Amino acid sequence: MAVKNFVVASFDDEAVLFPAVKKVRTAGYKIHDVYTPFPVHGLDHAMGLRETSLHTAGFVYGITGTTTALSCMSWIFTTDWPMNIGGKPHFPLPAFIPITFELTVLFSAVGMVLTFCYLCQLAPFVKKHIFHPRQTDDLFVMAIEVTAKTNAEELKKFLAGIGGTQINEQRAEAGWWYGRFDREDRLFENKRPEPVNA
Amino acid sequence: MHLKYESTLREPLVDGVKNYHQVTEDIISPIEGKPGKLWYIGFFISLSLLLFGVCSVTWEVYYGTGVWNLNKTIGWGWDITNFVWWVGIGHAGTLISAILLLFRQGWRTGVNRAAEAMTIFAVMCAGQFPIFHMGRVWMAFFVLPYPNTRGPLWVNFNSPLLWDVFAISTYFTVSLLFWYSGLIPDFATVRDRAKTKLRKLLYGIASFGWTGSTKHWQRHEALSLVLAGLSTPLVLSVHTIVSFDFATSVIPGWHTTIFPPYFVAGAIFSGFAMVQTLLIIVRKVLHLEDYITIGHMEAMNKVIVLTGSVVGCAYLTELFMAWYAAVPYEFATFYKYRAAGPLGWSYWIMMTCNVITPQVFWFSKMRRNVLVTFVMSIIVNIGMWFERFVIICTSLYRDYLPSSWAYYRPSWPEVGFYMGTFGLFFTCFFLFAKYFPVIAVAEIKHVLKTSGESFKNQMEKYEQQPADEFAKDQHHEDEHHHDPHVAPVHQS
Repeated sequence: MAVKNFVVASFDDEAVLFPAVKKVRTAGYKIHDVYTPFPVHGLDHAMGLRETSLHTAGFVYGITGTTTALSCMSWIFTTDWPMNIGGKPHFPLPAFIPITFELTVLFSAVGMVLTFCYLCQLAPFVKKHIFHPRQTDDLFVMAIEVTAKTNAEELKKFLAGIGGTQINEQRAEAGWWYGRFDREDRLFENKRPEPVNA
Repeated sequence: MHLKYESTLREPLVDGVKNYHQVTEDIISPIEGKPGKLWYIGFFISLSLLLFGVCSVTWEVYYGTGVWNLNKTIGWGWDITNFVWWVGIGHAGTLISAILLLFRQGWRTGVNRAAEAMTIFAVMCAGQFPIFHMGRVWMAFFVLPYPNTRGPLWVNFNSPLLWDVFAISTYFTVSLLFWYSGLIPDFATVRDRAKTKLRKLLYGIASFGWTGSTKHWQRHEALSLVLAGLSTPLVLSVHTIVSFDFATSVIPGWHTTIFPPYFVAGAIFSGFAMVQTLLIIVRKVLHLEDYITIGHMEAMNKVIVLTGSVVGCAYLTELFMAWYAAVPYEFATFYKYRAAGPLGWSYWIMMTCNVITPQVFWFSKMRRNVLVTFVMSIIVNIGMWFERFVIICTSLYRDYLPSSWAYYRPSWPEVGFYMGTFGLFFTCFFLFAKYFPVIAVAEIKHVLKTSGESFKNQMEKYEQQPADEFAKDQHHEDEHHHDPHVAPVHQS
């Protein structure tokens, strides 16, 4: 990832946020992200994000679990060690149902959570830039990337006009890095030259 | 995009005048303060119980299961009773967070976090019993199917005891993942308002670097919904499989097809009772009465009276079938050795606590009374412990061979083991109540504008309006004008 410049505005109500998102997008600014303290339904559509495919991944993981359980148990009981348990059949399908079901759920759940963490890049000791400490409390924080074409001052005025407060400019790493939240460490801060576009 | 609007007739889920920041403040600030005197007393009592449990178990591991008063007739006693009891208690959390989510029961948001935590701790306690019942506990990994040097000799996939291994471990894992994925955003909230370095560090690690990005929330919602969908059959399967431990055997009193639904209902019954016991204390100590309201308690009491009655019907069905099936052994078990006989007293404790006393919850006044609820929640859990004791011991102590008939009372390591799991449970719960957000902060904020008291009051003017006029107005408002104070919450 890279260090970029952002113009950051806070909104204190989703009723102000929604039209603001719409206006920012119509004006042609590139919304880097909107940070909210809770899931705001419809915001993803308002921002034009595509629907997540995490469900599909969950289904695929589930099917993998089903297949693993069924194939392992049947291979073990019919091929690897056909054990005589009270004269019962070597392939007792009804008796396999509970374990098959459990493994389906287990694979699906574990797989989905790991995929979720991977997609969102979440892990212990992962640090990301927090644009406003109250974005996890009560503010809806919009970060707009300042590109070569953006006039930051104009953008700030525009944001103030549509209900944004505490508008400021921040230079931040857009991705994640290994770090701790009790330290003021920033990735690449002293290693990279300043980009000229700001 | 359409409007979510909830009638003012429906009781608010969050009492008082709150905004988003106030919600954070109310729920997170207990974490930031020093624990009170009561917390320390409770914590150290739990810790000493846990230590006593560790001693009892060490004794048992050193000398073998012979130190328990089990014998050739009564092979399962307190340990399996406690196992089933704890697993049952561990059902409420996932039920609340999964099934009630799918049924769109808004009141679950106030109680789901604590209930899920309780589930996880209860399952941890439950797991100890079968593991230490193995005797040679260092061989416990033999229950896992893995290519080994013994043949490879595999586990018996036909055995309900092995299904249990899979069911309980899957249930624990999935509940833990569900709980923790919900905790991540709330840990981030704690982290971002933390004042001390240590708190920033620890909650920073625990929050996995969560920022609240819209895309992440979208995925988080998808994850929660699918995990809820997966946990719903899972929670029903777990106690079904536990009941198979009994139902697939040929012991009179165990060999019945009614067991799966009967066990599941009983599990929900005892689980909700335990949630009530804990939350009544938590809401008082942490001053969360605005979030865990009397309405929440009433909703749970309704579940208790329903499941208690289902359990009651199951008891009667068992009695009927014991007579109707005309199997003399079955008849003897139920009518001679359960309802009467040397252990008959346990049957009547079970009947009283599970079937008769919960009927007080047919009355709204009782459902909404904190003291009655608290006392009832404890009675129900005593009753449900005795249910498992009755099922296990009164079926075993009079078997097919009268010369092996026996009586059973636990030895001190058995009692100590049980008390030790209480220690484990409450040690974990005390730590949870102190260091974790006990209410799902983000979820409360999510429902605040539809179900918060102060926001609902603003809806009164809409209640007066005719429906078509309301629809027209709202459409207009949606398109052109956004009044931040009226809160038309947008829904996808």
